[in-house]
Amino acid sequence: MNCIIIDDDATARLIIKELCSKSEEVHVLEEFSSAIEAIKYLNTTEVDLVYLDIHMPTFSGFDFIKTLKKLPKIILTTSDKNLALKAFEYKGVVDYLVKPISKNRFQKSLEKLDALLSETESKTEGIVTYEFLYVNVDKRLVKLKISDIYLIEAKGDYINIKTKTKNYIVHSSLKKIQDKLPADSFFKVHRSFIINTSEIIDIEDNTVLIQKEVIPVSRSNKGELMKKLNLL
Amino acid sequence: MEQPNLSFIKELSGDDSEFEASILDIIKIEFPQEVELFKHNFQLENYDEAASNVHKIKHKIGLLGMQEGTTTATEFELALRNGNIELRDVFLEIIDKIDVYLSE
Repeated sequence: MNCIIIDDDATARLIIKELCSKSEEVHVLEEFSSAIEAIKYLNTTEVDLVYLDIHMPTFSGFDFIKTLKKLPKIILTTSDKNLALKAFEYKGVVDYLVKPISKNRFQKSLEKLDALLSETESKTEGIVTYEFLYVNVDKRLVKLKISDIYLIEAKGDYINIKTKTKNYIVHSSLKKIQDKLPADSFFKVHRSFIINTSEIIDIEDNTVLIQKEVIPVSRSNKGELMKKLNLL
Repeated sequence: MEQPNLSFIKELSGDDSEFEASILDIIKIEFPQEVELFKHNFQLENYDEAASNVHKIKHKIGLLGMQEGTTTATEFELALRNGNIELRDVFLEIIDKIDVYLSE
């Protein structure tokens, strides 16, 4: 998720930037000390999320929201605890962080955003878009591009999600993750393995070659795998 | 009695001493400027502007681990917006403590 930071307080911008840098989900494109500078930027660049200070001289955070034609998701930041009710009247506002922002509260706001995005996905005309998946790794919410996943292996109470760049150990089960993956491209070939069928390099006897890994295919699943791949 | 401290900043920065130093550097620059602006507006009896200055300073009071100080600043900010200057001395005491702390 790409974001920008708008805050006339340099300390606040530094803190949010640092917190974002420690999260794999949010990437800071730019920071601005005034909302007006940010509006010029947003006229040419699309962003997913804005960390927006409410109290800024001349042009407040609320003024900024009213000006925008296309609203990204907004997380408001302020030293004032009492504006929460007003804040959530504005469209696009997903959370409200009181300064100074703690690590825990920042992380919770990302979890809240994730929950909202997941809910939005499932409401979109009944169609779920399977582009991303959020997983909990070491108390952080990590965003994974589903098309990057080539294999998921069960390891006791955990699963090892293997992508082209990195592996992620997650406390979950194959069943739970399978429910979140598109059925047309992910298939459980064995009680311990789910594969991304578009990553199959080779099939030999009762194994498939995916990336550089040889994965067993159970007899009970082989027929369905072949059918899925439209093989004779 | 509450004193400025680095507990919040340390919790935020984890082991990152470079980040910790960066925050402190910015606070050392911004804090005196914000206080100066507050005093200027207060002297001119621009209490609404002074309240906005207090609002900004409040963040740094919180960053320096002073929870009671933050509460006082919030009350003072609200009071100023109503033209009430009673908490000025208490607020300035907090500012002075921070001034001393930052200059050490």
